Amino acid sequence: MGDIIDARGLACPQPVLMTKKALEGMEEGSFTIVVDSAISKDNVVRFATSQGCDTRVEEKDGEFHVHVVKGGAENTPGEEVKEAPASNIAVYVHSDRMGQGDDALGRILIKGFLKTIKDVDPKPRRMIFVNSGIFLTTEGSEVIDALKELEEMGIEILSCGTCLDFFNRKDALKVGLASNMFDITSALMEADKVVIP
Amino acid sequence: MCGLTFPADENVLVGLNEPDDAGVYRITDDIALIQTVDFFTPIADDPYRFGQIAVANALSDVYAMGGRPVTAMNLVAFPVKDMDLAILRRILEGGIEKMAEAGVSLVGGHSVEDKELKYGLSVTGVVHPDRILTKKGFRPGDKMILTKPLGTGIINTAIKAGMASAEIIEQVTENMARLNRDAAEVMLNYRVRACTDVTGFGLLGHLCEMVVDSGLGLRVFADAVPVYPEARQYAAMGLVPAGTYNNRAFREAFVTFDDKVDAITRDILFDAQTSGGLVIVVDPGNADALLKDLRARGIPDAAIIGDVVSEPGEKIRVNR
Repeated sequence: MGDIIDARGLACPQPVLMTKKALEGMEEGSFTIVVDSAISKDNVVRFATSQGCDTRVEEKDGEFHVHVVKGGAENTPGEEVKEAPASNIAVYVHSDRMGQGDDALGRILIKGFLKTIKDVDPKPRRMIFVNSGIFLTTEGSEVIDALKELEEMGIEILSCGTCLDFFNRKDALKVGLASNMFDITSALMEADKVVIP
Repeated sequence: MCGLTFPADENVLVGLNEPDDAGVYRITDDIALIQTVDFFTPIADDPYRFGQIAVANALSDVYAMGGRPVTAMNLVAFPVKDMDLAILRRILEGGIEKMAEAGVSLVGGHSVEDKELKYGLSVTGVVHPDRILTKKGFRPGDKMILTKPLGTGIINTAIKAGMASAEIIEQVTENMARLNRDAAEVMLNYRVRACTDVTGFGLLGHLCEMVVDSGLGLRVFADAVPVYPEARQYAAMGLVPAGTYNNRAFREAFVTFDDKVDAITRDILFDAQTSGGLVIVVDPGNADALLKDLRARGIPDAAIIGDVVSEPGEKIRVNR
């Protein structure tokens, strides 16, 4: 039996997010997630099933132990699940420039940095764009294709939703997903390493 | 709140003895006041949008009573030590924009310091005492129309989980910020028997309030109910808010589902909505014309979702 994840006392969608995270971190295997409401239990079972996993639920003293098994012949995947890269590195892009000094130079360097990621190992698991960094994921950016390529490889590309709003570029997002502070903060906290260009 | 006696004089036309979307009080033989209050914690990341949604949501109760909102007062709880006042300003700007759109005058308000941001309105509207629309008064054969798609609770959970796409976030936000005014104005030209708005109890929760003590039943055709397609997708991934489960647990006894109605559809029919659409119960001879008129007024999602039946009474039957 694999790891035990304690999601007791947490409200939706947190237990689902923890299940998602656990599944993303493994190719094959199992874990148990413990929740203390029937609501969370149902949601976790649904999510795991939608990701092609098997589940088994045990009820103990008002708590639910949901065993999730990923991989194995009997599984039929629901939706296509992209294999996430094995590393747990987050790249935190908080500006549309790299380094300090000359702004024009900084804009050239950040493009170079983002285009180079595909050639290095390990690759990040997530890339998070905040503040003026979102100009790199929205219309007019010269690195959209490079970022799309990284996304294809299974790297999560997240842009801060508040920032998109602030710069009035909500409709201009060209790659990845708009995200929120909860997701961004958890992504940074859970990362083994955060790389800031 | 059982066991309490609510003070009320003879001019209370709709009060807490038969709770409805709002209270109604007769001023003269021609004018009754509609009063309602609603506020909540942020439902959108963008403060301006949140302001718009909170106002559209608060005004909705007046529209659901067949009335016209005339004045409003702001209700604000704000963590002034931890949050930039510019955010509050944006919320109020969004709210004011919606009030202006609705032709409502802002005449006052009250703010308190609170750990958690909240915004909403106390609203006063007017209606002719003979033209009040409550949750009762429908007859067998009447048709039910719903004016906005369901699924905002589930989609908002997906947004919190960071799993919603930018497109659906925009679409849902736009719809939540949309006033129910146009739908209300259109319905007043038809023989409408009852009306309510869909909010926290979900569609079936609000329909339960309608059938209780009515002696009649309602039939819902699940396939005809407008739903955001993304809500189905997210519900299948377990992004169902606790409120939706609670609605189901609380009201399930009133509802009989046909076996062909799948679990995800059941959740969506109970999904807690924010600033949802109106449920309009209309004379069957008027239903098609009202629907056509609603769509012509730019309410494309409006659909006939069911009807009133005499048997089984006090129950809701959901067919595919």
